[in-house]
Amino acid sequence: MSEAARRSRRLVVGPFNRVEGDLEVRLDIADGAVRKAWVNSPMYRGFEQILPGRDPFDALVYVPRICGICSVSQSLAAADALAQLSGVRMPDNGRHALNLMAGVENAADHLTHFYLFFMPDFAREAYAARDWHAEVQARYAAGAGARARTALAARQRWFTIVGLLGGKWPHTQSVQPGGSSRAVDASERLRLRALVREFRRYLERETFGDALEAVLALDTPAALRRWQAAAPASDLRLFLDIADDLDLPALGRGPGRYLSYGAYPQPDATLPLAAGFYDGGLQPLDLARVAEDLASSHYAGDAPCHPWLGETQPQLDKPGAYSWSKAPRYGGAVLETGALARAVVSGDALLCADAAAAGGNVRNRVLARLLELARLAVWAERWVDALEPGAPFFAVSRRGLQDGRAVGAHEAARGALGHWLEVRDGRIARYQIVAPTTWNFSPRDARGQPGALEAALAGTPVGAAETTPVAVQHVVRSFDPCMVCTVH
Amino acid sequence: MKARVLWLQSGGCGGCSMSLLCADTPDLYATLDDAGIELLWHPSLSLAGGEELLALLGRCLRGEQAVDVLCVEGALLRGPHGSGRFHELAGSGRPMLDWVRDLAGVARHVVAVGSCAAWGGISAGGPNPTDAVGLQYEGAEPGGALGRDFRARGGLPVVNVAGCPTHPDWVIETLALLARDALDGAALDALARPRFYADQLVHHGCTRNEFYEFKASAEKPSDLGCLMEHMGCKGTQAHGDCNIRAWNGAGSCTRGGYACISCTEPGFEDPGHPFHMTPKIAGIPIGLPTDMPKAWFVALASLSKSATPARVRHNAVADHAVLPPAIKPTVRRGR
Repeated sequence: MSEAARRSRRLVVGPFNRVEGDLEVRLDIADGAVRKAWVNSPMYRGFEQILPGRDPFDALVYVPRICGICSVSQSLAAADALAQLSGVRMPDNGRHALNLMAGVENAADHLTHFYLFFMPDFAREAYAARDWHAEVQARYAAGAGARARTALAARQRWFTIVGLLGGKWPHTQSVQPGGSSRAVDASERLRLRALVREFRRYLERETFGDALEAVLALDTPAALRRWQAAAPASDLRLFLDIADDLDLPALGRGPGRYLSYGAYPQPDATLPLAAGFYDGGLQPLDLARVAEDLASSHYAGDAPCHPWLGETQPQLDKPGAYSWSKAPRYGGAVLETGALARAVVSGDALLCADAAAAGGNVRNRVLARLLELARLAVWAERWVDALEPGAPFFAVSRRGLQDGRAVGAHEAARGALGHWLEVRDGRIARYQIVAPTTWNFSPRDARGQPGALEAALAGTPVGAAETTPVAVQHVVRSFDPCMVCTVH
Repeated sequence: MKARVLWLQSGGCGGCSMSLLCADTPDLYATLDDAGIELLWHPSLSLAGGEELLALLGRCLRGEQAVDVLCVEGALLRGPHGSGRFHELAGSGRPMLDWVRDLAGVARHVVAVGSCAAWGGISAGGPNPTDAVGLQYEGAEPGGALGRDFRARGGLPVVNVAGCPTHPDWVIETLALLARDALDGAALDALARPRFYADQLVHHGCTRNEFYEFKASAEKPSDLGCLMEHMGCKGTQAHGDCNIRAWNGAGSCTRGGYACISCTEPGFEDPGHPFHMTPKIAGIPIGLPTDMPKAWFVALASLSKSATPARVRHNAVADHAVLPPAIKPTVRRGR
């Protein structure tokens, strides 16, 4: 065996757990680092074939079930598209109730990601020699960590907000084009407020170790450094320390382009989290620039297609195909979407500075999520206070649903989620879904451009004896992938 | 002795696991432990991945690691053309269908978690492009991925914890009963669902029951009235204790303002009508309450409609109680 061959090898990593769904990554390794990566979503689910022909309102039953973790987001995208075709404007109360459910789900996803999916990897034996290892084991070890336990308990309580507003989570059907099917009275509003406050206290006690407003006021990397040096031993502080020690900003470099569809529309049509495309500078969102490439995907067809023309015909043995994920591109470009993208597009001072200095990376993806978690807890309180008991939560469409096309766009926890709905003769004629992880974990396109994760994995260090390389785990999970959405 | 549980996912959304994490307890790990449940591996909760997991599955198949309960979440995808390749377990190049068939052969009990794993569910909707089936049912027909005659080593057929998603307690209590050897054939209904939750109807404990009694019906989402007459509700037919055992605090579908779609029943994904509308013949809903003779239903409905108090009639089509109940003495005085 030649020296070069000894130094290079191929590795198939999977199944990945602590992601939603199944995921396989093939690695081409040379000189102790990933040279190339191929990301395979090894399952096909068929929603885009199941939905056509159905009553358009059936989407409200089906699409939440695309995803058990971002179920409300899927419902919102469908309800948004149906609202456009019905010409209905939901009452302010409906808006606030839906934003609350979406915000609770997204915040819970960030919490679940941090405590259950991402942090347990630092408890691995590979890090036994690190100063922080014992502390990390005590807090986050899979199935045992003390902070993982309290996070689960806090999550359970937090989701009782959706229990009240939406009957259950996941898979509520209270999300309607005309608003919410569940009105809230004055006493229930008090209960909601108490639950939001309870969650805030948990976050301030354990996750941040500081007032949420103090954390959200950190507006420069220097301010965050000072905070880190002085902060109590909160989970954010520990994560930042680990990120420094392992140089996580050097891991998992993203494409430097960011997409957000904007989230939590207010009654006055403003978006607290902005919509846009960032590529060195901010551009207005233009959904006409979205196209899905199929070159490496197990689907019939070649030319990149805008979702209005998109087809989903599985073709298992298509030459060159290696994933059930399509490859969405924006104006032909690969981009990244998620909490970091939302922060950059919204002009968050700290994260914009961070991203400008070191691109998207393992550290700032996780940091962006935690900061958004703090923000959502603050906003949730505002949205609860905005509910007006006695005023309507739901509006009837006067003209009913009409044939046509509409895009429902929303920000799920993991990023930009779009539903392209076409209704003909009162039935769903086309339903194309482009999910956040479809963007982030797309395979190569016809031009050979690797997807965001594929590119981000290049350069990731791999130890000679590693078969499940730990740094690869960090990079993959830093995107908080949801594979069940990807292969809808 | 703990019940060692191996939990795999295939054609589904992962929502039953996400629901499980909403179990109403201050310490889920302790609850599982106290219920005698030891997770050998769970996709959301375990550290091991990749080769570590494949090695574990190998040990299970070789009998070196006992599996007391195999939980499968999500439908089994038989397509394309019976190959099962719509889902190959990552890192193994092998259809999940084959993994599940083999592992079911070594497990003492096999549990279908959720309606996808039980019947095919949403994953088998419409044209069923992935040829999705449940472990032991294809819709209401016995068969599925393991076949009608399958019995796990412990003697039971696949235990169908159906629901979309499942209530956390349904899963935990089923596993706890199995851990105690306290779930036998008599504890399962005719569709192999645990009777502790499936012998109830969603209607039982529904907070809209006064509206049901008087057939005072909701006409649009957010109305307080009964959801059966117009809004597609199947709570009087669907098995499940959803309105007795609350969801996420104090919730349920009907409390959330929307119809029960009978998600615990086989074939619920294709009801033959839009989910949000009650199909009727001559103004009478097709799906009458379980065990109720049609003539009696029609007679009682027309009688109760004419007896509906104004309060109930008004409140049924409002999103909050417009008229409160009258106050009247409930004790006898003056003697």
